[in-house]
Amino acid sequence: MQATVQRFASSLSDVGATLTTTTPGDFASTVDDVVEQPAVGVPLAYDGLSLSDTVVETPPTPRLLREAETGITPVGKAIVASGTLLLDGDAVGTEPVSLYPPTHVAVVRESDLISAVADATDYLGDRLRDGESSVFATGASSTGDMGALVEGVHGPKHVSVVLVEGR
Amino acid sequence: MSSQRSRRRKAERIRKLIERDGTAIQENVSRLNQGRYDAVEQFDAYEELRTEARRIKEEAIAELPTLIETLRESVEANGGSLYLADDAADANRYITDVAESADAETLVKSKSMTTEELEVNDALEAAGVDVWETDLGEFVLQVADDAPSHLVGPSLHISREEITTLFEASFDTDRPLNSPQKLTAFARDFLGEKIEAADIGMTGANFVLADSGTITIVTNEGNARKSAVTPDTHVAVAGVEKIIPSADDLLPFIELISRSATGQDISQYVSLLTPPVDSPTIDFESPDEPLGSGDAEREFHLVLVDNGRMAMRDDDQLRETLYCIRCGACANSCANFQHVGGHAFGGETYTGGIATGWEAGIRGEEAAAEFNDLCTGCSRCVNACPVKIDIPWINTVVRDRLNGEATPSEFDFLVEGLTPDAEGTVSLQSRLFGNFETLAKLGSATAPVSNWVADLGPVRSLLDRYLGVTPERDLPAFQRETLCDWFASRRPSAPNADAERTVVLYPDCYTNYVLVERGKAAVRTLEALGAHVELASPVESGRAPLSQGMIRTATERAEAVAADLAPYLDAEFDVVVIEPSDLAMFHREYDHLLDDDVSSRLSAHSYEIMEYVYGLLSNGADADPLADPTGPVAFHSHCQQRTLGVDSYTTAVLDDLGFDVVTSDVECCGMAGSFGYKSEYYDLSMDVGDDLREQFADEAGRQFVASGTSCSEQLRDLFARDVSHPVELVAPDHGA
Repeated sequence: MQATVQRFASSLSDVGATLTTTTPGDFASTVDDVVEQPAVGVPLAYDGLSLSDTVVETPPTPRLLREAETGITPVGKAIVASGTLLLDGDAVGTEPVSLYPPTHVAVVRESDLISAVADATDYLGDRLRDGESSVFATGASSTGDMGALVEGVHGPKHVSVVLVEGR
Repeated sequence: MSSQRSRRRKAERIRKLIERDGTAIQENVSRLNQGRYDAVEQFDAYEELRTEARRIKEEAIAELPTLIETLRESVEANGGSLYLADDAADANRYITDVAESADAETLVKSKSMTTEELEVNDALEAAGVDVWETDLGEFVLQVADDAPSHLVGPSLHISREEITTLFEASFDTDRPLNSPQKLTAFARDFLGEKIEAADIGMTGANFVLADSGTITIVTNEGNARKSAVTPDTHVAVAGVEKIIPSADDLLPFIELISRSATGQDISQYVSLLTPPVDSPTIDFESPDEPLGSGDAEREFHLVLVDNGRMAMRDDDQLRETLYCIRCGACANSCANFQHVGGHAFGGETYTGGIATGWEAGIRGEEAAAEFNDLCTGCSRCVNACPVKIDIPWINTVVRDRLNGEATPSEFDFLVEGLTPDAEGTVSLQSRLFGNFETLAKLGSATAPVSNWVADLGPVRSLLDRYLGVTPERDLPAFQRETLCDWFASRRPSAPNADAERTVVLYPDCYTNYVLVERGKAAVRTLEALGAHVELASPVESGRAPLSQGMIRTATERAEAVAADLAPYLDAEFDVVVIEPSDLAMFHREYDHLLDDDVSSRLSAHSYEIMEYVYGLLSNGADADPLADPTGPVAFHSHCQQRTLGVDSYTTAVLDDLGFDVVTSDVECCGMAGSFGYKSEYYDLSMDVGDDLREQFADEAGRQFVASGTSCSEQLRDLFARDVSHPVELVAPDHGA
């Protein structure tokens, strides 16, 4: 697992994203360390991992989307080879919360890690056929349209991952 | 009629575009092109996935009517609507109806070439809807009232400084806008407000999955994500050709599209939206209510656009245009495009090599007439296309169809004698270049008088005026003794009759009538390496007429060449070719012109001269009789030679023989056969040639070497010095 995490960290670093590892016990304090306030999040549906003991405000509102510095969401899968996060659209607002604030913090459990984009095919196929949506997100939003590569356009300028070990 | 006037107008227009936009275009397009090369080089599965992507597209287009019905069922089961629009007017009517029933005041859009094709913005504005382009490149164009010049980077012809000037003049803002960062921040904030207030979000779609009703959108900025989920109503517009069966077919395209377009392994965002999406509605007018708490509901409309595509599907030649995934790699790999951009090399909507297929299919062949000539058939886009579309062939086919529509000229008599087999109403200029063989025969038979006459000032003016041959270029100097004459005069005539390898050398038109020395060098080299050499008949390969879109004439030539070579192939001769553009005919274009078994046998047994020399040496031939290096060499390989992947044999042979070689890596020299001789394209061909000039600027101490005739002519014009063929360097009598 250690090697996998290292590869994931290196892929994230290649796309300008950062990685912080934590344990379920330290989760809340790690989140508080990582996020810049104000922060908005979607409620996590994970046993024992909650944002309710953190500085992160839930549920998201339009004002929070507009004003938050950080948006924190879960992921459907995370891809080790490319540092890509598969963000699953849902009714609690993962899509807008991962999109509007300047920094996106993704909560990734070790069990969410898959090696390559190709390994998401079955997972995705099932989701899409069930009428659901997902986004492969790799690094910060960027543009070259203004004469040079600039990060932070309509989507986040910074992406960071909180990896929860042992989950 | 004055074709000279129209040629001059065209030349003037091209000159102005190069002057105004050339620097920005070349910088941006070359960067994208290099990015693709780098990404592909590090990606082992590239060729395998191209094959897979091609297969998926072929099958999807074949099954399109069924896929449309499956998609309709999926979209409706999800709670959305699918509308199949016959044409642009029909699509625009549906979209404006949607806007009207949603009482929409503003609509935000993400980038979509198909909506450009529809000109939907105009239709919406006319219906009283404010439309905002949220892709920053499209936003720049909207503010500038300009049109896209590239499929992927629509505004890449506009420099940062120009955008600053434009925005300062267009917006009432105190914010400084003098850097890419400040411009980006300004545009993000400005458009962010528009997105929050919008009633409808409109997106395109890169791929549409039939079995789930999912649309896939590939972006870097995040604007498509925001446009799709912020307003309650989402309208997606896609050509019918974007449908593939399911998510299982998507992976090759995700792996290929960003690498081909921008050199990224994967784009920032690959959205797979199955609308209406589950994401909660966002009401910025009730800022403190949790998302999704109002009674608003999401609405989704998928507008599938035919607009000529189903007819393209029935057209055996244009059909493969529908496989296009709009990555822009054909434009990026095109030397002419790199210099002049999509405002010259493009039609009303689409740009680059594939634009000919799109514009001809959507608006009719005439829509491609103005820019189709800018494809020189150099074939550099062929290996760049992620779905293996034969883009030069599409350009040739459309050129052929356009030829049939040209008006006969009162000056036909000027080329009449030269072009006994000219097709229909082909222009005088095309007939001249397309029938180079006839000209070469005549020129050679009457040399050197023909050369003196051709060089006379008044003759050059006439050539320019009536035939569009630029006076700036030297004309080929025809030789009285052809390669065939020389070969026939040799004694003994078959010195190596019991040799292990038997070779038939193809005497292309240039080698036979103009560059005879390289032909002699090829014969001597092959014989010195132990091969028995015979010379085929000097029949032009069909390259010249094909380059002018004269497919019927080209087919006749191809049949004649194949018939001449057939007995040699029966007797297990290898066919050796000197001119790379003719080798490319044998390997690529004959596949379109001849029966499959004929073309594949010829292709399997024909080799470029230096490729063949490499093979002989690798199989144990003694290199001793070949010439020793006499000095360092600068080698420019031919574009079609590179596409066929045979350029490396030349450098390998020269390296092995101890030559000190530097090579160029420009896509094309700019000459491209007859292209650089044409009055209207001379300036562009020299502008493209500048890249080669720069690459070899510090190589003055080296012998210049090129495989192709055109490349030699261009190098000669750029540097005013002699240029040899590689085989002349290694031939046994070199320097003797």
